[in-house]
Formats: sequence, structure tokens, C-alpha cells
Amino acid sequence: MRTTDVAVIGGGPAGLSAAISAASLGAKVTLIDRNDRLGGQLIKQTHMFFGSQKQHASVRGVDISGILEEQLSKYKDNVEVLLNATVLGLYEDGVVTIEQGEEKYFKIKPKAMVIATGASEKVLPFPNNDLPGIYGAGAVQTLMNVYGVAPGDRALMVGAGNIGLIVSYQLMQAGVKVAAIIDAAPKIGGYLVHASKIRRMGVPIYTSYTVKEAIGKDSLEKAVIVQLDEKWQPVPGTERELDVDVMCISIGLSPLAELLWQADCEMKYVPELGGYVPARDEEYQTTVKGIYVAGDVSGVEEASAAMVEGQLAGLCAAKNLGFTSPDFEARRQDCIDQLNTLRSGPVGAKIRAGLEKLLG
Amino acid sequence: MLEKTGIPTEEQLKEVTPSKERLSRGPVAIIECFQEIPCNPCYTSCSTGAIKELVDINEKPEVDFDKCNGCGICISNCPGLAIFVVDESYSEDKALIKLPYEFLPLPEKGDMVKALDRSGQVVGQAEVVKVVNSKAQDRTPVIWIAVDKELSMRVRNIEMGV
Repeated sequence: MRTTDVAVIGGGPAGLSAAISAASLGAKVTLIDRNDRLGGQLIKQTHMFFGSQKQHASVRGVDISGILEEQLSKYKDNVEVLLNATVLGLYEDGVVTIEQGEEKYFKIKPKAMVIATGASEKVLPFPNNDLPGIYGAGAVQTLMNVYGVAPGDRALMVGAGNIGLIVSYQLMQAGVKVAAIIDAAPKIGGYLVHASKIRRMGVPIYTSYTVKEAIGKDSLEKAVIVQLDEKWQPVPGTERELDVDVMCISIGLSPLAELLWQADCEMKYVPELGGYVPARDEEYQTTVKGIYVAGDVSGVEEASAAMVEGQLAGLCAAKNLGFTSPDFEARRQDCIDQLNTLRSGPVGAKIRAGLEKLLG
Repeated sequence: MLEKTGIPTEEQLKEVTPSKERLSRGPVAIIECFQEIPCNPCYTSCSTGAIKELVDINEKPEVDFDKCNGCGICISNCPGLAIFVVDESYSEDKALIKLPYEFLPLPEKGDMVKALDRSGQVVGQAEVVKVVNSKAQDRTPVIWIAVDKELSMRVRNIEMGV
């Protein structure tokens, strides 16, 4: 059977970083991604990243993907990349089954693995939420920035977190009008600089609003929004009808943790981290020895943190197999320090509360 | 209020606005970043040392208006597009504003465009004085516009057309 030292499942910011750091210690790495190119969600992120230089601040996400791929290519002698390859199962004996393309099905037995499968968009229940024209905001970002397709003419953004604010801006860049951004919470959840830059383009932001219903025959024609009171209950008579043919739902992400459940990792429900997330130690090793996690699957957070988590998990996965380097301890500590710094401010409070619950 | 609308309050703006005297002396950076977020490219990109070191990366940036020469390098390095340069010494009745603009088509020198405030309302007209779009700016062009002097602290965006 095919073997490898570290199998990394998912080639987004966390997985790429994990593969680079594990390979840098000399481990043989197999990086597996279901898409036809590496980068995960980075490839559609045309905005500049926050953070510090270590996390490529001020560089656009799509370019960070290129930087990481180039770093990975330095280790091409001990890195194998499997694209169009979906991991179907993790078995008790440590075997990973993979479907590649539509023809190939094979097994691989890694000595350790880093699961970096990311997260998926949450959906919002309301009448007619299945009408064509209603998308996840991330899906619209892919449609526009990867495939060059505008989703429609006039959009309603549901959710004023960072994804909602950023995708609203990118819709405007693509020539799509944004009728409004609404959020059920009483305050804007995303970075306020993102809110200000879309506000000064004339896009209104309505907090304490939600979608009452979508209206349309064959596709979305109108959205009805309604104000919420302090108890998040609709206020009768506050309904407003918006003429939109696109609605983007951006109310949060759920970790894509199916493989972790299969592997019997201990899972905990932590709403602050997006739902069910794996219990893990400081090195991002789950309760199943040799299975590490990084990025959104271990708790939904910014991509800057995902990259550092990936570096840490990759380093530790390789180290615990016997690979090392003189600067291992310094690099490991640097990752931990970077994560603490990124999470230390007021906007990191939710993540810190979630990690407190997870790690106890 | 900023957390509900995306528009900073007068009090918040007062905290980051240079004195009338400093504004009249020449170009100066104004950073409209009112939230502690983990981010520091403004500080690392500043070559005059005018943007104070962010010892904790979550600190809000602070500009030493006496050291700032209004070069504007920070404008296209700010991931939040929250930095503007204002120069009230530009002419008798006009002020110059340098602002980030990531939309196509780009305006051209000499164009008259709509001048928008922080809520996107049209508050006047602006003349495009220069369009700076170097490789170092990495696809965040900076547009220099001249507006009536009394609008120097109100105009923060443009829209094509008059």
C-alpha cells in the first residue's frame, strides 16, 4: 500500500502551511485536495489581508496562495500533491481512501495526518430560501473572482461579518449594485474599516434586521426584510421590500468535520468556534494519536490564524514522527506566540472564549 | 454610530484629525481606524516614522502629525483602506485629498467626478488632479482630488460622472 509520513487533507491556507512546515523538517508529505488547484478559499480573496508581515499582511489572499505554493515547491523532492482528489474515509487501521478524478480509487497509509478541510457556509431558514438567486456569500465570491461571472444586477447581503462586508465590496467592484447589508445582531460583526469602506459607497447597513421571506416565480425577484427587537423577535409593521435578484447569505461557517467524526476524534460543541470542533492539545493533535487539525475545521477564524495553525500542526506532526531541525523549538514557540497575539485584542474575545471552552 | 452604520462619529473623527494649523501647513495622513484589530501594515510601511510603533498589534494606529509629510505610501498598504491624506495648502480655496480607489474604470487627470462623504452622499464636485497607480501600490490606486476647502474633512470617496 502507498505510504507517506504526513498526509495533509485540504490544500487551503492551513493545509498548504502544514505541508510546507512538515516538509521543511524532512518528512515525506502527501497533500490532498479535492479541487483542481491548491489555495482553497485564498484563490478568490482579492482583498488585502490584515495581521502582520509574518501572516502576509497587506498582501491579497490570491497572491498569498501563490507565495505558499512557491514555498511548497522548494520541497518538491519530498512532497506529493494530489489534486482532484477527495478523501472519502478514514479507517480504524489508519488507512485513508481517496477518489481521484472519476476513475481512480486508492488507499494510502500515512504515519500521521493533518486534517485541514475548512468550513462550509451556514444556511438561513425563511420561506422560499431555495429560489435561484439565493447563494452563500462565499459561493458568489467564487463565482465572481474565480470564474468571472456576475451573479445578477442587484444584491441583498445578509450578514455584516467580514465575509459579508468584503463580498459586498467585491460585488460593487464587479458592477453589481448592493441594495443593503443587513444583520440580525445589533452591531456590525466584521471589521469596522470594511463597513466604512462599503458605507462610503452609499450602501446602507441595517443592524437588527433579518429576512422575512423571498419572493419570486422562477427566481428571486424581491426580498422582504424585517426589523428585530432586543429579543431578536420580528417587529410587526417594519417589513421592507427590496427589489433584488441576488441574495447572499453570510451568517457564519460550520467546520467541515466529517472526517474527524469518522476517525472517532472527541468532538465538542463550541458555538464561538462555529459548532462541533475537535478536542485537541497545544500542538493541534486531536484525541486520536497522529491526527492533527488546522484552520477552520478546528474552529472558524481568520485565514491569518489558519496559516499559523497549519505551520504549527505540520511542524508538530513531523517532529512527533522523529523529524526535527535545530530551530524546531523556536519555530514552534513562534507559531504559538503569533496565534496568541492575533487573538489577544477585543476582536479575538469570541475566539478566546471558544478556546477556553474547548481546552478548559 | 460606527458599530451600527459604518459611519464614524464626529467625536471619533476629532480624535484622529490634525489641528487646523497643521492641515494648513501641507499634506498629512489621517487614519480613520477606530477599532482595535490585529493589523500593522500602516506602521511597517511608514518610512518617516510618523506612524507610531504598534507595540501590541491590536493597538489603534497613531500619527505624529509633525513627522508625517503626507507621502501617502500608507494609503495603499492599509488593508482596511482607512487612510487618507489631506492637504489644505493646495490652493486659496481648494484642498487636495488623496484617497484609495479600487474600481474600474479609473478616472483620469482633469476629470470632474462626484465627491462623496462617509455615507456615500454626494456633497460636491471634485477635480481629479492625479492618478497614482504604481506597481508598489499593488492594485490599490490612489486618486488625488481637489475639492472646496470646507469639504476637506467630509469627502472620502468619489463616483464617476458629474
